[in-house]
Amino acid sequence: MKKIKRILIPLLVLALSGCLAGCKNTKDNYRTLEEIKKAGTINIGVFSDKNPFGYVDENGNYRGYDVYFADRLAKDLGVKINYVSTEAANRTEYLQTGKVDVILANFTVTKERKEEVDFALPYMNVSLGVVSKNDRVVKSLEDLGADDAVIVISGTTAETYLIKNYPDIPLQKFDSYATAKEAFENGTAVAWANDNTEVIAFAMQNKGYTVGIPKLGSSDTIAPAVARGNTSLLEWMNQEIEKLGEEQFFHKNYDETLADTYGEEYKETLVVEGKKTD
Amino acid sequence: MPDLGLDVLLKGNNFFRLLEGLLAAVKISMVSIALSIPFGVLLGITMTGKNILVRFLTKLYLEFIRIMPQLVLLFLVFFGSTRSLGWNLEGETAAVIVFVLWGTAEMGDLVRSALTSIPKHQYESSRALGLAKRQTYFYIILPQTLRRLLPLSINLVTRMVKTTSLVLMIGVVEVLKAGQQMIEANRMNSPNAAFGIYLVIFILYFLVCWPVSMAARRLEKKWG
Repeated sequence: MKKIKRILIPLLVLALSGCLAGCKNTKDNYRTLEEIKKAGTINIGVFSDKNPFGYVDENGNYRGYDVYFADRLAKDLGVKINYVSTEAANRTEYLQTGKVDVILANFTVTKERKEEVDFALPYMNVSLGVVSKNDRVVKSLEDLGADDAVIVISGTTAETYLIKNYPDIPLQKFDSYATAKEAFENGTAVAWANDNTEVIAFAMQNKGYTVGIPKLGSSDTIAPAVARGNTSLLEWMNQEIEKLGEEQFFHKNYDETLADTYGEEYKETLVVEGKKTD
Repeated sequence: MPDLGLDVLLKGNNFFRLLEGLLAAVKISMVSIALSIPFGVLLGITMTGKNILVRFLTKLYLEFIRIMPQLVLLFLVFFGSTRSLGWNLEGETAAVIVFVLWGTAEMGDLVRSALTSIPKHQYESSRALGLAKRQTYFYIILPQTLRRLLPLSINLVTRMVKTTSLVLMIGVVEVLKAGQQMIEANRMNSPNAAFGIYLVIFILYFLVCWPVSMAARRLEKKWG
C-alpha cells in the first residue's frame, strides 16, 4: 500500500492540478450536522480489513474498535449508519469530496493531515514499541551492547526514529513483515522495533516474547476526522467524545474489541478518554 | 495436506460474500466490454480517416489513456468529478466509466491496426465491383477485420476482468477485497487463510476467463 501511495499521490496531484487551477470549487462538499440528521443516515469511512480496528466478520457485518465507536456515534445522533470501506491511501480524499461525513479508519493525527482535514478529540494512543525474547528482555535501548542489532521494517516510523535518535544501534532492515518476523524468530537480532500495537500483538500471539518497551519516543494519537471547516459536526463530535469519556466508553470498547488481541495489560497505554492524552 | 485455512470460507456467509464480490467484478467488466466494443470499432474506423486533426486527437486520447495507470483514472473519475463538477458517482459507475474509456481506446487501436492490415487490393477490388464506400466497409472490410480482431479483443476482455481488482480503491468490494477482509478478520485464529483464499480467488478468476477463451477459440476455428 505504501508503494502504491508513493506513486499514486504525485501522479494524482499532477493530474488534478490542471483541473484545480482551472475549474472552480463551487461549494463546500461536506454535510453539516443538521443535514446529516435530516437525511437520517451518516456515512462513515472505516477500514474493512484491519482487524481488530475495522474489519468485516463472516456475516458481512463491520466490527472492531473504530466500528464500535462509530455505532455509538450514530446511535447518539439518532441516524442510521452507512459504512464505506476505505483504504489508507484514500481516506483524505473521501472526506474532502464529501463521500463520507466522518473517517474512523485508525487515522493518526499528523501535522500534514491537519492541513487537509479537521480532527476531533483523540480516542487512542499509538507509539513505537520494542519486543524481545523472554531470556533477554530489552527494557531500554540504552542497555543494548555495541553488537546488539535491532530489527525494523524498511520505511516504517520505527526505522526513521531509530536512525535519528540511536544512530549507533546496528539495524537489520527487512522489506516485509513476514521476513522481519522470520529473522526475529531465528534470533538474528535481540529486539524488534515497530508500532506498539504490532509488537504487543506479536508478543500475545507468540510464546516466549515480551514487550520490554511498550512506548518509545513521542506518541501519536488516533482521532476521528471530518472535512475541513465542518464545525457543526466537529463540535458535536468533541462534545460526544467528552461525554463518552465520563462513562469510560473507550475502556469498555477496548474490553469488547481489543482485549483479545492486546490483553488487559496495555489498556491504559492504548486507550484515550475525553481530552486526556498521556 | 498443508493447512490452507479453507475452513474460513465455510464460516457464516463467507463463501457467498466471495461470490458476491466476483459478481461485482464480472458485472463491471462485462458492462464495460459491451460498451467498449461498439465505441472501439467506431474509434478505430475514425482513426484510419484522412483528416490530420482527427487523427491527432484520437491518437492523443489513446496515448493519454494508455500512459495513465488505471488507478489514477479511477481516482480522477471517482473523486475528481465530485471536486470539480459536484457529481456524486457511485463507485461502480465510476469504474464502468473508466473501463469504457480504457476499453474504447485499446479496442480502437486494435480495430485500427486490423483495418490497416487488410490489403489494399481488397478495397480496390471492391470499388472495381462497383460497391460504394459504405458498402465496401460493411460487406468486405469489417467482416475480415472482425475475424482478425477476435483473438486480440479476447486478450483485452481477460485483462479487463483482472484489472477490476483495482476498484477496491474506490470503495467497491469486489472479489479480492472480500477475500482480504476474510483473511484479516481471521488473522488470529487462521493465519494461513491467505493461501487458501487467494487460491480460491485464483480459481474463480480462471473460471470466469477460461470460458471466454474457449468460446473465442471455437469461433476462431469456425471462421478460420
